[in-house]
Amino acid sequence: MTDFDERIPIYLQIMDLIKKKIIKGELKGGDKLPSVRELALELKVNPNTVQRVYQELEREGIIETVKGVGSFVISNEKKLMKLKENLASERIKAFIKEMKEINLSKEDLNLLLAKYWEEVN
Amino acid sequence: MGVLEVKGLYKYYGKKCALKNVNLTGDLGEIVGLFGPNGSGKTTLLKLIIGFLRPSSGSIKVDGKDINYNTRAIVSFLPDNNLLPSWMKIKDAFNFYKDFFPYFEEKKFKDLLEYFDLKFESKIKELSKGEQEKVCLSLAISRKAKVYLLDEPLGGIDPASRERILTGILKNYREDSLMIISTHLIDDVESIIDRAVFISNGEILIDGKAETLREEKKMSIDKLFRNTF
Repeated sequence: MTDFDERIPIYLQIMDLIKKKIIKGELKGGDKLPSVRELALELKVNPNTVQRVYQELEREGIIETVKGVGSFVISNEKKLMKLKENLASERIKAFIKEMKEINLSKEDLNLLLAKYWEEVN
Repeated sequence: MGVLEVKGLYKYYGKKCALKNVNLTGDLGEIVGLFGPNGSGKTTLLKLIIGFLRPSSGSIKVDGKDINYNTRAIVSFLPDNNLLPSWMKIKDAFNFYKDFFPYFEEKKFKDLLEYFDLKFESKIKELSKGEQEKVCLSLAISRKAKVYLLDEPLGGIDPASRERILTGILKNYREDSLMIISTHLIDDVESIIDRAVFISNGEILIDGKAETLREEKKMSIDKLFRNTF
């Protein structure tokens, strides 16, 4: 029904979605996130799942919830920068792990990166 | 204490044991998926909660009270077959519900009709199966209740209508009520349930939070069901 992989907890996938939007700049510092209900309806998931997402994101220091008003992406530029770095490094580490699994050396990887970097849109 | 408390529930039809030592709680704001093969006792359990059947032993409490005609006012049941008389128009069903049930939300029903693209003056017998289901669902969820029991709300309905119905259910989610959806179409309800309860041969096999089950078993609830049965 949705575009989620239902083998993994959905709340993790939604968190990922929001983090991606922040990195891409689709969600900027200080932006208001949709309400729990709005997002639940948009993604077609249980509102409690979205509630959990917002709670976890707040715990990670990525958003702030003002009771009665809503949830906002943090506006502290330094923190946001750090977030982008952390998320990027998470992905890079996962990628390196995968490349090591297929026995790709650092040199080969650099060559391949240079070769294919322009091709990917 | 949960809004629904089922303890040590047994139900016999003559010698046949339909439910065996069923223990179940439900809290306000939860959406529970009740899954099991045909004949596993799902409908029996729902009918016991609404009070259409009586337990052989054990107890059921809704909002702290034993099941009786008072609890029927706060439990809304959507049966798996359309019980609306074919002579009725949608507006007749509306009037019936309005008169018969306390706390029937008229505006909500009309909004739902509009959402489902249905007309007040339409005759029930001229509606498709999917449309009839949408009417019955709208009636059931327009009642302000503490517990909603939906028995196979998606059976035999095309995918587009199923999606519409599920979105309709989500749109009308109430934090101050419990919803139990019994269905074979687990895939459809995967992302909207909080908890999954598997029942087989009258016994509860699994009862857990959907996300926890996904994390632990590393598979979707649908897959888990197929593996279990």
